[in-house]
Amino acid sequence: MVTLKIDDKEVQVAEETSILKAAEKAGIWIPTMCYSDLFEPYGVCRLCSVEVIRGKRSRIVTACNYPVREGITVQTNSPKVQWIRKLLMELTLSRWPNVKVVKDMAARLGVEKPRIESLEKDEAENACILCGMCVNVCREVVKASVLGFESRGIKRKVVLPFGVQSDTCIVCGACALVCSTGHIKMVLEDYKGKKPEFTLGPKTSIYVPTMQGIPRVPVIDAESCIHFKTGGCEACAKVCEPNAINYEMKDEIEEIEVGQILLTTGYDIFDASKMTQFGYGRLDNVYSSLEFEMMLSSMGPTGGKVLTKDGKEPRSIGIVHCVGSRDTNHNPYCSRVCCMYALKFAHLVSDRTDAEIYQFYIDMRAFGKGYEEFYVRILDEGVKVIRGKVAEVSEVTSSGENTNQLIVRCEDTLAGKILEVPFDMVILCNAIEPRKDADAIRRLFSISKSPDGFFLERHPKLDPTSTMSDGIYIAGCAQGPKDIPDTVAQAGSAAARILSYISKGEVEIDPVRAWIDEKYCAGCRICNNLCPYTAIDFIDEKKISQVNDVLCKGCGTCVAACPASAITGKGFSDAQIYAELEGLLEI
Amino acid sequence: MEFEPRIVAFFCNWCTYTGADLAGVSRLKSPANIRVIRTMCSGRVDPSFILKAFDLGADGVLIGGCHPGDCHYTEGNYKALRRIHLLKKMLQSFGIDEKRLRLEWISASEGDVYQHVATEFTQSIRSLGPLNWKQRVEKRSTSEHAVAV
Repeated sequence: MVTLKIDDKEVQVAEETSILKAAEKAGIWIPTMCYSDLFEPYGVCRLCSVEVIRGKRSRIVTACNYPVREGITVQTNSPKVQWIRKLLMELTLSRWPNVKVVKDMAARLGVEKPRIESLEKDEAENACILCGMCVNVCREVVKASVLGFESRGIKRKVVLPFGVQSDTCIVCGACALVCSTGHIKMVLEDYKGKKPEFTLGPKTSIYVPTMQGIPRVPVIDAESCIHFKTGGCEACAKVCEPNAINYEMKDEIEEIEVGQILLTTGYDIFDASKMTQFGYGRLDNVYSSLEFEMMLSSMGPTGGKVLTKDGKEPRSIGIVHCVGSRDTNHNPYCSRVCCMYALKFAHLVSDRTDAEIYQFYIDMRAFGKGYEEFYVRILDEGVKVIRGKVAEVSEVTSSGENTNQLIVRCEDTLAGKILEVPFDMVILCNAIEPRKDADAIRRLFSISKSPDGFFLERHPKLDPTSTMSDGIYIAGCAQGPKDIPDTVAQAGSAAARILSYISKGEVEIDPVRAWIDEKYCAGCRICNNLCPYTAIDFIDEKKISQVNDVLCKGCGTCVAACPASAITGKGFSDAQIYAELEGLLEI
Repeated sequence: MEFEPRIVAFFCNWCTYTGADLAGVSRLKSPANIRVIRTMCSGRVDPSFILKAFDLGADGVLIGGCHPGDCHYTEGNYKALRRIHLLKKMLQSFGIDEKRLRLEWISASEGDVYQHVATEFTQSIRSLGPLNWKQRVEKRSTSEHAVAV
């Protein structure tokens, strides 16, 4: 440890600590414009200049990269230091008079108007002040070394090599993040609608997928993480105290043997950009229900505040029901949950803002316990409900320029009038749709689908959780649109069914099986290749085929194919079917 | 009296039989001419069943299976498809119009499709007229033409 004195305060710090860090520990402010904890001190702005007194000698050094020494005295605000800082600030301010960080720093250091007139005056508000933070972060943290300086002296500037876009740039945005003047900007192109969580703005490569999820641990998106591209950064590991970040982890495929499977693969929401009249993906401030749900979440991108794209509180919000559902062009069925969550939206919005809220509905389906009461309560809160399907959401243009004002055009079928209502924000209640990969999943488990594409239950009334395949159960929106209480009930019932089999310890199987009569089997092996379950083995010693009772599912394909009629399908034998035929055709 | 065709249908347990059941549960009106035999899979339908049905006096035979790729037993419906194609060629040499045999893919949720197929098939058999295969075969004096089934 080293003891030193900074502005008459005694400080004890580790060896090789910089004066800047020591001063920070002592609670003394030293101005900086090019310093960051992320990389090695660069010492280019010189603003952190301090006076170091060692014995009788005094000298001016930069605090950011000057290590402490035993017994030194540091003056951070001596007249000499003040004079140097002011001069530096005057030079900086004369060159970049309109940059906010420069103006703020000048004001803090008491510089009002520079005495010098710069020959290279740059009056832009987001001018590059050559602090070099972007160059350093790119080289040391990202380890991409894309940015660099060109020329010297007054001609110095930050450039890409040869002024062309570099292949090694991974577009991580670190340079834009550290840029204190806004000279480097990230432009987000075509990100809307790709992932619901991205639509309200960009996010980091390490994030918690769902705040209510269990376990609530963050994940790293290896596709966008800087570390996985260049081996650099590791900022998350640096700040993680319990050292929980593990970059070595790999995706694993684990095979688990199970006897029964419950499919709860959920749903996708209807892509509202297919209905171009609603302007989703084209107009700002037209949100899908899931996006708005994200916005309402206190852990969401706006911290639970209801805000339009330009950050203002909306004065009026329109909620459009049945987007893609109850629509013969898209999904003919009712998505069931939308009416109620639309009312919930209205309730939460009126809680948080003074916005006027309109609901545009076809039929208000408040079908569950307490739902109708909630609807009445929402009406009492002053939410306006208009019965009629919305025809169009458009943007108001004034003198050729788009404003952010939206107009909803619809027919009020109760009043028999065409309405045009202005809104600051429009929320679409997207239909619940089967997952995109539902067909692949259902083929994997050999279960059927309903005409709407959701998984088909064994019986709509008597057996709504099991499927045609033994041991495969379904629950939740994978089976059809439903709300949380219904999902919980169905999943609970499925779990009980599964547990009842487990506690029984044995499974009853259908007696419908194929059986080969050894007397007639000629050993032709036609059936061997036909069986989709490879349940028929050829017994070499006897030169005949034999059915494995456990593997056989009783489809009867082999029975129909056997040229010697040696195979009997129990329960569906030839004799039984002939008898059925005779009976059927008697009359 | 108008001719009422007698049609035998072999429906697989998982798709078409359930689909036909759904048509009934949904109160969709379908012709009573169809007499259904349930098999576990359309792959179980032995071509001899079909010939036997014609022999016993059926005017038409309808086979119903799961849609390709949807078979409960993975690929039984493909086996059925192969056999029906071959059988249709054989039927012609027996003097039976191949339109009297039909294979349809109807899934468990397609009650309306079942209704449509049943109505249309019954109509087409009605316009073809009675088959009376047995009588026709017996009329022929030489016994070697008779088909042993």
